[in-house]
Amino acid sequence: MTAQSPILEVKDLETQFHTQDGTVHAVNGVSFDLNSGEFLGVVGESGSGKSVTMMSLLRLIPMPPGKIVAGQAMFEGRDLLTLELEDLRTVRGGRIGFIFQDPLTSLNPVLTIGFQIMESLHIHTKLSDEKREARAIELLQLVGIPGAKKRLESYPHELSGGMRQRVMIAMSLACSPRVIIADEPTTALDVTIQAQIIEIIRDLREKLGTAVIWITHDLGVIAGLADRVLVMYGGLIVEEAPVGELYANPQHPYTEGLLGSIPRLDQKGMQLINIKGQPPSLYQKPDSCPFAPRCPYVFDRCREENPPLLEVKMGHSTACWWDMDNQRPRYGS
Amino acid sequence: MAQYVIRRILFAIPTLVVISLIIFAILDLAPGDPTSQLPLTLPAEVREQIRESLGFNDPFIIQWLKWMQLMFINEPLHIIDSIFNTCIGDCESRARIISWSSRAPAVDIIFQRLPQTLWVLGASFVLGILIAIPVGIISAYKQYSAFDNIGTFVTMIGYSAPTFFTGILAIIVFSVWLGWFPSFYDSTLVVNSWDTFLAHVKQMAMPVAVLTLFNTAALSRFTRASVLDNLNEDYVRTARSKGLGETMVVTTHVMRNSLIPVVTLIALQIPGIFAGAIITEQIFRINGLGALLITAIGQADVPMVQTLTFMFAFLIVVFNLIADVTYGILDPRIRYD
Repeated sequence: MTAQSPILEVKDLETQFHTQDGTVHAVNGVSFDLNSGEFLGVVGESGSGKSVTMMSLLRLIPMPPGKIVAGQAMFEGRDLLTLELEDLRTVRGGRIGFIFQDPLTSLNPVLTIGFQIMESLHIHTKLSDEKREARAIELLQLVGIPGAKKRLESYPHELSGGMRQRVMIAMSLACSPRVIIADEPTTALDVTIQAQIIEIIRDLREKLGTAVIWITHDLGVIAGLADRVLVMYGGLIVEEAPVGELYANPQHPYTEGLLGSIPRLDQKGMQLINIKGQPPSLYQKPDSCPFAPRCPYVFDRCREENPPLLEVKMGHSTACWWDMDNQRPRYGS
Repeated sequence: MAQYVIRRILFAIPTLVVISLIIFAILDLAPGDPTSQLPLTLPAEVREQIRESLGFNDPFIIQWLKWMQLMFINEPLHIIDSIFNTCIGDCESRARIISWSSRAPAVDIIFQRLPQTLWVLGASFVLGILIAIPVGIISAYKQYSAFDNIGTFVTMIGYSAPTFFTGILAIIVFSVWLGWFPSFYDSTLVVNSWDTFLAHVKQMAMPVAVLTLFNTAALSRFTRASVLDNLNEDYVRTARSKGLGETMVVTTHVMRNSLIPVVTLIALQIPGIFAGAIITEQIFRINGLGALLITAIGQADVPMVQTLTFMFAFLIVVFNLIADVTYGILDPRIRYD
């Protein structure tokens, strides 16, 4: 990885949902960069704020009840969070493509897949009808759908789960975006299809040089894919590191717990670690470490102050008061 | 699809035969006599002759079969003849279903009454759809907004206030107090000039408004619910993520899905136009089919009631088929073969 200037810079993003039961603090000040052509993995359990963070960037969360309270997301010199809606629409689907989790519900059941792919082209490009169709066929071939021309007339229910997800990918690629955000794109698929979809995305990224943000709760999936990984917990990034470094040398107790909870073939007979306790309630803004109640290394400071995300090694940041390597509190406290 | 339609039509025939048997049996069990409306001074043997001549003394099955022949063969032939000016078979002396009270063929009377009913109910039906669908879509899209709340309030009133209340209220306010509209419907009015046209619009205004309020209420609630169901679907988020504007999201994506059940419901309601609005027709003195049915029941005019009821049953069967077929055309997930 060569050092590049980031194409997407997110600073202090905060998203809340105002519900009848109170305010849900879903994202509590998230900052990260995405370099062009980079494959960024985002992991965390359900409710950690990973999807909401990414959807907030394009303001795809339901508003109301959702509200982006603070932050900045610079993309191609513009702040996506304050951009006029009309300009934001040229970014959505045009410069940043989205792939969603469940390809059955994410495609419109009563429109042909050809229509749904060409719709993006219709909005973002000035291609003629024939050229749009040619492009749609090309996209379907790109994601490995056989008989592409005939498939344009198919409806989503006529395709298998894997084929539908390929259509979703083709749709998100339609206008050659700089960034693709994939929100758990393989979760709804069975394992062999998962592998195929991962292969397709890996290929496409090499061919097209698109940056990818891959949201997942499955550390195993991104191990072989990502360049860099963000670990999210309680609406915060708790650790950020290049993929190899993260797996070899986790610096946050939560990451350590996540890695320990993956069953491994080479560690037969060993007990799986599970992270005890419940994910944090998001009804309050965290003023202490959100992981403290579940943390095996917890000490007084964790309950008083929320640790900032700081670089502890080259390219490796963590938000933890505990120094995992030396087994002592960090920052001289 | 064609195969499915043919199969459904073939199924419709036994359905209609069974319906006719049920209608016939119920009315046969009901007390009633073709001579009951005649003066009491009529000698008993004359009454008996009248009964005999009308076939009232035949066994039930014979009466039913004879009626079936009239309903399924003679009357359709008569309608075809009068439309195309033809004469199939012995068109001069063809037996008809005769109303006991008016002694005229029942179907002819129905056709005389049909225009009034179609005008008033048809107008309120079309108007109801034109109002209900946009209102339903906007209410759903702007859920809990002022528009939605007012819409909910008005539809709640429209749905819960019966037409015999809103109709009479309208007459008191607009006919008695304000004197804007006539309180009854004059079906002898011939529209041949601007003034008579205006008079026709005026006399239709109140019954149409009362019925529209009722129709709109139910349909707009249904549309709202259907649109709300779809607005939270993942494919709507996908459409937004592609950069579509809100108008496009709602018209191409949401409406295309949420209007499928609405269209079906509309198709199923069409027979209701022909059935007439019994209460509203009574209030505004519209001599339409609803009024005809009530009068016929009051006079124990069995052939008239049979014919009207069977006609409604026929229309319901037909529009059920049409609703099913439309559903299949609109929703690609439905397969009929």
